Amino acid sequence: MSSPNKASSWSALADRWLPKLVLSPSLAASLLFVYGFIAWTAWLSLTESRLLPDMTLSGLVQYRELFDNDRWWTAVANLGIFGGLFIFCALAVGLLLAVLLDQKIRAEGALRTIYLYPMALSFIVTGTAWKWMLNPDLGLQKLVNDWGFPNFTFDWLVDPDKAIYTVAIAGVWQSSGFVMALFLAGLRGIDDSIIKAAQVDGASLPVIYWRIIIPSLRPVFFSVLLILSHIAIKSFDLVMALTGGGPGTSSDVPAIFMYQFAFTRGQLGLGAASAMMMLMTIVAVLVPLMYMETRSAKRG
Amino acid sequence: MAALSINNVCKTYTGGTEVLKGINIAIEDGQFLILVGPSGCGKSTLLNMIAGLDDISSGDILIGGERVNDLSPKDRDIAMVFQSYALYPSMSVRQNISFGLEIRKLPKAEIDATVERVATMLQITHLLDRKPSQLSGGQRQRVAMGRALARNPSIFLFDEPLSNLDAKLRVEMRTEIKLMHQRLKSTIVYVTHDQIEAMTLGDRIAVMKDGVVQQFGSPQDIYDNPANLFVASFIGSPSMNFIPATIVESGGKLGVNICDDRGCVVLPLPHERDKLAAWVGKEVIFGIRPEQITDARTAHREGLPEMSCHIDVIEPTGPDTLVFVSLNKTKVCCRTHPTEAKRPGESMELVFDVSKAVLFDPASEKRIA
Amino acid sequence: MAKHLSVGRIVLYAALVLMAAYYLLPLYVMLSTSVKTLDDIRAGNLISLPHAITLDAWSKAWSSACTGVQCEGMKGFFWNSVKMAVPSVLLSTLIGAINGYVVSMWRFKGSDALFTMVLVGCFIPFQVVLLPMATLLGQLGIANTTTGLVVVHVVYGLAFTTLFFRNFYVTIPDELVKAARIDGAGFWTIFFRILMPISGPIFMVCVIWQFTQIWNDFLFGVVFAAGESQPITVALNNLVNTSTGVKEYNVDMAAAIIAALPTLFVYMVAGRYFVRGLTAGAVKG
Repeated sequence: MSSPNKASSWSALADRWLPKLVLSPSLAASLLFVYGFIAWTAWLSLTESRLLPDMTLSGLVQYRELFDNDRWWTAVANLGIFGGLFIFCALAVGLLLAVLLDQKIRAEGALRTIYLYPMALSFIVTGTAWKWMLNPDLGLQKLVNDWGFPNFTFDWLVDPDKAIYTVAIAGVWQSSGFVMALFLAGLRGIDDSIIKAAQVDGASLPVIYWRIIIPSLRPVFFSVLLILSHIAIKSFDLVMALTGGGPGTSSDVPAIFMYQFAFTRGQLGLGAASAMMMLMTIVAVLVPLMYMETRSAKRG
Repeated sequence: MAALSINNVCKTYTGGTEVLKGINIAIEDGQFLILVGPSGCGKSTLLNMIAGLDDISSGDILIGGERVNDLSPKDRDIAMVFQSYALYPSMSVRQNISFGLEIRKLPKAEIDATVERVATMLQITHLLDRKPSQLSGGQRQRVAMGRALARNPSIFLFDEPLSNLDAKLRVEMRTEIKLMHQRLKSTIVYVTHDQIEAMTLGDRIAVMKDGVVQQFGSPQDIYDNPANLFVASFIGSPSMNFIPATIVESGGKLGVNICDDRGCVVLPLPHERDKLAAWVGKEVIFGIRPEQITDARTAHREGLPEMSCHIDVIEPTGPDTLVFVSLNKTKVCCRTHPTEAKRPGESMELVFDVSKAVLFDPASEKRIA
Repeated sequence: MAKHLSVGRIVLYAALVLMAAYYLLPLYVMLSTSVKTLDDIRAGNLISLPHAITLDAWSKAWSSACTGVQCEGMKGFFWNSVKMAVPSVLLSTLIGAINGYVVSMWRFKGSDALFTMVLVGCFIPFQVVLLPMATLLGQLGIANTTTGLVVVHVVYGLAFTTLFFRNFYVTIPDELVKAARIDGAGFWTIFFRILMPISGPIFMVCVIWQFTQIWNDFLFGVVFAAGESQPITVALNNLVNTSTGVKEYNVDMAAAIIAALPTLFVYMVAGRYFVRGLTAGAVKG
């Protein structure tokens, strides 16, 4: 009687501890590489580190320096312009496409595949392609000129005041199909009987969409906003490939600022401070959004 | 030696919610135990604890006299049938049945023989090479039972196994489970929320509510002698009538005063006088089952108290017609012969068989007599 | 469904086709430019068809274009990306599968909190971990190596892969695991014999998602890899932005398509799973 009991308490013990044991490496990784590293960066941002890390705390010098830096404020303003345009346009185009595709379209599958394929591309590829297309010598400008509008100019890519808008154009091209996919999934998830009930009540199609369907997509709006603002704040590759932050520093965004100061200019402290600012921005945007989303989800 | 005894078992979740508050149940080898109660009463938690799938906060569970608290499910010599059947989706029926035997490293020949035997018994031989997704609900149910049977455990655990089946199939499977129990003389613990399943299947029933066993006994005992208002209302369909009534003394005998909108009668009570002495003049809850208020033809017994009542609604069920009247301003259901029932709005002579009537304390809801 | 083509339907289709053209235009431009000669490019415009199709730009992009100081084309970097992506994808998916299995099927006190803790990794801007990571990789001696990049991608991919598998496994009734435990199966037997055989779709979703993410990554590549070990995205960016000599747009485009081919291929053959991954990743948290 004793040996099976011993064996069984072994297996009972194994079932009790194995799950925790198996999970622990990932937890340790998360603790170190996410939480530990954030703390490390936070610490670094409070030091006077330049080329080499110097771990003596010296208060908010780096933040002061950051806020006195014109280039940083250019980057922040650019993020505002790019983020606002990118989010608004991607949302509008994506929603429009989803509604149009929801009208029992013949080649829906093929169209969806076309709208969504840019999402499979790297931002670097997108940037390269658009850089060529927006090229003022041989790109869209020349195309329109050849079409019989010889005075048309489109040189935003090299115009310091307009370069950031080209980033938004390419960004919307890449991400709007994705927004479409999310909205389409939301539209397909709506209970058919609600729409039937509205039809029986005599509502027209636009009214049904505007008053019933789109409001019920509220959770999708939240996730789309969440993802788009996340992409916008982190955007780095697209700007690097399209404008490289230029002309000059005119299309800098915080991610480029951080990269340049931390890795090419050897200003670790300033780089860390700008990274912390990015983290705080994400927290400031995501936390209220997620809070609202869970609250509205709880209310049903 | 008891096949299963549950001694003072409690379950407290982190956060302090007490799901089970001191459960004591023991059954003999070969008995069919039903755990019945409304959802949230703790019956499934108790079953999971017997299976070893849930930890025991305090108390002991003994299977065949051996304390199993710390044994893992596979070492408790049990098998379980789940509500969702929980068939392994990627395995064929044959693999589903043999999986547990393979894990226990039984010889291949023995496994094959067992699968064959079980499949023949449950008439699923033709399904052995199918995947669960290709089976109907009833067939899945059979495979789930087959998987349990193949293991030949000392206790079978059933967790609401019939609730996903349609009404007709449920009745068929109920009979088959009972037949299987009679043939194999196996020990079974069966959780259900359906009191008809409880009554038809069980040797012993534990009626549970709020983590407490309200009553533990044989089906007939629980039906005839409910321990409290909850048990009385939970077991039996249509449910027992509960009429608020005052105990009166008339002609040296105790009775309850029952009125409808046109008049009153005193129904004599058969209970011992001293049990009720303290309640004279006070209000109690008079419990009487629908079949105990009926027409003269069905009652076929002389000398029972009668009352002419105004009919509100009738519900023909086929074998009986349920007649609803209003007594002491309470809706009361009476079971009458279809040909004797009058129409709504008419009056009908109803016969009261008070021999099995019960009385409850309106405050504590406990049984008085 | 439409019984006849009304004006409204015609407008609808016209709008949809126009949008399709908008999305396809850059792809067409890339392809046509990559097979033109430079003279052809200068003579025509973006959408003009090539006069003669030539693959010179492609072969140059593949084997001799300059990406910074060396001029060996994209091929070395293409294989760098393969060597980086394959192990990262496999490792992060496998670990994510096991993590998801634990947090959905073997929940213990505090496991939900731990899962949320891991999930935070999906949301942080990676800029905030770049500096410490660079230091750590340097100390481990794997800075500027493909191994280093694999470590980085596995570590920061875990949050997503765990989420994918957790969200898949919570849809599977836990009675399945209970039944298997009663049948005598332990932790690993249940995972490999009961859950793995039905996890095919989610493996596809996860592998495709991770592959796209890792292949397309630029930030980690540009920060943690240098010279020989750079992934293809970094090489492409260098190639395009190398400002020596004549700008060869056809080579740029050919290189861009080479960099995009693996993920485009995956999208074409398994688009269904790709979309599912996107939507699943979207409802994160």
